[in-house]
Amino acid sequence: MSSVRVLVGTRKGAFILESDGKRENWSVSGPHFAGWEIYHMKASPVAPNRIYASQCSGWFGQMIQRSDDGGKTWSAVGNTFAYDGVPGTHQWYDGTPHPWEFKRVWHIEPSLTDPDEALAGVEDAAIFRTTDGGQSWTELSGLRGHGSGPQWQPGAGGMCLHTIVRDPSDPKRVYIAISAAGAFRTDDGGVTWKPINRGLVSQYIPDPNAEVGHCVHRIALHPSRPQTLFMQKHWDVMRSDDAGDNWREVSGNLPTDFGFVIDVHAHEPETIYVVPIKNDSEHFPPDGQLRVYRSRTGGGEWEALGNGLPERDCYVNVLREAMAVDSLDQCGVYFGTTGGQVYATRDAGDRWFPIVRDLPAVLSVEVQTLA
Amino acid sequence: MIPSGIKVALPYHLRNLAGVGMEIEIEVPPPVTQRALIDAIEARYPMLRGTIRDPATGLRRPFLRFFACGLDYSHDPPDAILPPEVVAGRETFLVVGAIAGG
Repeated sequence: MSSVRVLVGTRKGAFILESDGKRENWSVSGPHFAGWEIYHMKASPVAPNRIYASQCSGWFGQMIQRSDDGGKTWSAVGNTFAYDGVPGTHQWYDGTPHPWEFKRVWHIEPSLTDPDEALAGVEDAAIFRTTDGGQSWTELSGLRGHGSGPQWQPGAGGMCLHTIVRDPSDPKRVYIAISAAGAFRTDDGGVTWKPINRGLVSQYIPDPNAEVGHCVHRIALHPSRPQTLFMQKHWDVMRSDDAGDNWREVSGNLPTDFGFVIDVHAHEPETIYVVPIKNDSEHFPPDGQLRVYRSRTGGGEWEALGNGLPERDCYVNVLREAMAVDSLDQCGVYFGTTGGQVYATRDAGDRWFPIVRDLPAVLSVEVQTLA
Repeated sequence: MIPSGIKVALPYHLRNLAGVGMEIEIEVPPPVTQRALIDAIEARYPMLRGTIRDPATGLRRPFLRFFACGLDYSHDPPDAILPPEVVAGRETFLVVGAIAGG
């Protein structure tokens, strides 16, 4: 029988939630790395018991942990992320040049075919690759070396490369997103990158249609349609049907199109999920009601899903890494909040329930569907 | 000269990371400097690499301090010789994390 493992990164440690395929009874293990920030954990799709975790601390810096037994035991692997060559500068908040400085790993994206290979998105924005299971990391410096690099500027959360999406049909194609530079794509395995921001409109930058400078919060795709991308931007929910070359807005009837997460149903490529957040100054749900919004039309038309979610007095946020789906027949959707709840649905969003209620603030949620 | 056995107390999270108790003892070949001591700690406990010093700059992480013999050695040059009491193993070299409230 299938089972589900949910990997939850929080401000104060990692938690692993497990259930059989019924998704009714859950075990909770953790905190792993108690007291440390766990920005992200993700397992290899081809070796599901191999899990990479980004562990960091304002006191002690960055660690990368690896488990080869599904999270029961962990080993520290390589934590040196050295920029290639002279790092150069990007723009600081005040517009002055500021040297690139490594701060933390936001996201680890394991290879779809090789458990020893993974990509890491870091702050200050860059992408690194390991081919030895995390022991060593090498920058794919063609991204940071893109001519626009000196124009990149941090968002309020830092200049982070937080999203890495692999094209399952083309191992050389990868999408990434940076706050606040925008989205980029490589078609040659990371040697060269191009900005893919045409159609994004951002009023908070001098040229709202600029090639770079957009605060992209998250990108998702369905494996069966790798040319179709969905994006939650700082404001606006966007869609591209040509691998990011052009984007159009699909915010439609959302109550607000500000938010962080976006994800796609495991079996329905046109069914997508977002969690609207009131605005960029008030990072909580509108009217204190926590609602997931689902579109079954690939955007444009949205329905509120609130059955089982807080009806009132709810002022949590759902951060950009904190939503994922399982691939059981009845698709499960999972998201974590800054209030420490992890909510799930067994029926694609019709009814929700909390798996846990009182974790530290949730930074990331990933889900494994295990045979 | 024979290597020294330096007593070092690590902060809570680094003790957990390394799987050690309140105090470790490290052999450091002379001259026993702050840099040589941390090099030796990282060699014996590879999981601590980069946690005390920033690997990019080689500098002490700003929220850590080095205390010994009732004095603050945090701002000493990395190649300054550590106090004789520390070198002789009579006093413990303390790696201390900054306190934080909230």
